[in-house]
Amino acid sequence: MKKRFSAAAFALTLAALLVSACGNGGTAVNNGGSEKPAGQDSANTGAAGGGTITMGFSQVGAESGWRSANTKSIQESAKDAGIDLKFSDAQQKQENQIKAIRSFIQQKVDVIAFSPVVESGWDTVLKEAKDAGIPVILTDRAVDSADKSLYRTFIGSDFVEEGRKAGRWLVEQYKDAAEDINIVELQGTTGSAPANDRKAGFEEIIAENPKLKVIASQTGDFTRAKGKEVMQAFLKAHKDIDVLYAHNDDMALGAIQAIEAAGLKPGEDIVIISVDAVKDGMQAAADGKINFIVECNPLLGPQLMEAVKAVVEGKEVEPRIVTNETTFTSEEAKAALPTREY
Amino acid sequence: MANKLIKHHLFWPLSVLAALLLFNLLYSPDFFRIVVRDGNLYGSLIDILNFGAPLILVSIGMTLVIATKGIDLSVGSVVAISGAVACLIVSQASDQSAMGVIWTAIASSLLLAVLLGVWNGVLVSAARIQPIIATLILMVAGRGIAQLITSGQIITVSSAPYQFIGAGSFLSLPFSIFIVGAVLLIAALLARKTALGLFIESVGSNPRASRLAGLRSGTVILSVYMFCSLCAGIAGIILSSNVSSADGNNAGLWYELDAILAVVIGGTSLNGGRFYLMGTVVGALIIQTLTTTIYMIGVPPEITLVVKAFVVLAVCLIQSEAFRKSIMHRWKKRKYPAEQEVATHAS
Repeated sequence: MKKRFSAAAFALTLAALLVSACGNGGTAVNNGGSEKPAGQDSANTGAAGGGTITMGFSQVGAESGWRSANTKSIQESAKDAGIDLKFSDAQQKQENQIKAIRSFIQQKVDVIAFSPVVESGWDTVLKEAKDAGIPVILTDRAVDSADKSLYRTFIGSDFVEEGRKAGRWLVEQYKDAAEDINIVELQGTTGSAPANDRKAGFEEIIAENPKLKVIASQTGDFTRAKGKEVMQAFLKAHKDIDVLYAHNDDMALGAIQAIEAAGLKPGEDIVIISVDAVKDGMQAAADGKINFIVECNPLLGPQLMEAVKAVVEGKEVEPRIVTNETTFTSEEAKAALPTREY
Repeated sequence: MANKLIKHHLFWPLSVLAALLLFNLLYSPDFFRIVVRDGNLYGSLIDILNFGAPLILVSIGMTLVIATKGIDLSVGSVVAISGAVACLIVSQASDQSAMGVIWTAIASSLLLAVLLGVWNGVLVSAARIQPIIATLILMVAGRGIAQLITSGQIITVSSAPYQFIGAGSFLSLPFSIFIVGAVLLIAALLARKTALGLFIESVGSNPRASRLAGLRSGTVILSVYMFCSLCAGIAGIILSSNVSSADGNNAGLWYELDAILAVVIGGTSLNGGRFYLMGTVVGALIIQTLTTTIYMIGVPPEITLVVKAFVVLAVCLIQSEAFRKSIMHRWKKRKYPAEQEVATHAS
């Protein structure tokens, strides 16, 4: 009995030690990370006073070449702008991202920026940031909160428009089609804004032509491996696929391997449309394996830093900042390839 | 005879696999069609074997670890690390298709995988940390290590010999199947034709008694973790070679859970002391067939996981003897209510 009691006491002490150790760790990061004078309770006032701006940024992950270019752009432009960047990788999980944002709030950063993994479920943590007086900037992906005051601005591409661009090109290509055109779709991560919007925009435009039919649609999680696996299954399940619409280049690249393994020619037997225009994708387009790429520009670092500075200085910022984007056919990709940055 | 058949440990896993395949046959008769394309066999069944190969490998390693009452959560991260190392070495070579480069890449990534296994094994056997915690460390840290190796990018390689490992064909079958076959054969021979299998099972059922009986429990545990990591390393090379790129963040994501599930479906108990390698292989095939089935029949992505969960639940319930007994009991009761009544009155 006595022995058991002392064991329990030991465990309790250990737990208490652990908790306090974590607490100490937290403050240590806080002190070391920001170079603000002590005794400030509001992060906002400090930065406006001329100190270094501290920005917490929570990235989705490194799921694709696009995302890597996006990360690099943000890290480099933060350095150039003299902004202290606290970078956190959420590895495609919302709970990681919520944790990261909470820790940014605890660390009293000046601005929080993040690319939401999924669209919904952000109200609580964004309210916490608002209550702490920390402005939030969304990059690349939106949230579906009804309360628009939870964030200052949203910098990024218009995914619905990207879907529409892909749809318009397809409608134009098949405007004289006599028989049904069978389309298969590789969606992005289920529930993510680019997946939802690229699907919606595309469907909106191809609805004009009843001959264009999406016969199968499945998620490929924005990755090559899944894109290949799902496309292999599509090729077995459906005999007559005319068009592949992939929500990003990496899935299209995986699908190209599956199409080649099936003895078909990507770009000829199956027309491929993709979104993003990362280097590997552009290379495939230049080789004629991808017919049409809608660009989704990841280099939004400089625009983000401008917005961060404006927000910290208390200036008004546009609630929606759209990045400049274009589209590429195979020929255009060939011409643009040598000068691509990512 | 029939009773003996039902009692066989492979009976339930195999019936589930057969049921899944039967469903596919009814849903789309083309499912079983295998054609020869460019001299290679081509069809859904071949796909299942090819894409299932990494999972089978990881599950084989996991079976031995679970047989010692352990668990290895770090396999997914080891998959990512080994793929990243191999692709990094290949991508930095001046001639990516040189055989020397490929062998160096394979050897270094497998060596690293074994070292990671030593790390897990030492934490479990020497430091006596609970396996689930000991391997959790590498599970979390491993993703970071893989991303450090790839510097957060996706490394693309263009090397025909490297691609052959995961996507090439040998004797009209995917080459990866032969790798799985070889590893399975080695594991089965070591486990069933030498005393090693007995050692593993005895350590699993009672490590202390095994040690007192003169068995080096620590060494046995260390070696199963090394073997498990090695299997994960091979799986990582196959996966990265299949798509000619290494993705530190997503390669092998959730593989540990799929592997544990495959082991359990195969009839190996998480309590250790008993293991069934063939059961595990069938378990992994069930998981991969289920995934392919979901793609083929066009389940909307929003509910894919729910469908998977229901099938897994059904499989586990069928496997549970207590559940089967209670169903049988109820069924019998319902069939002869009058008889039951007579029985109670009589007594």
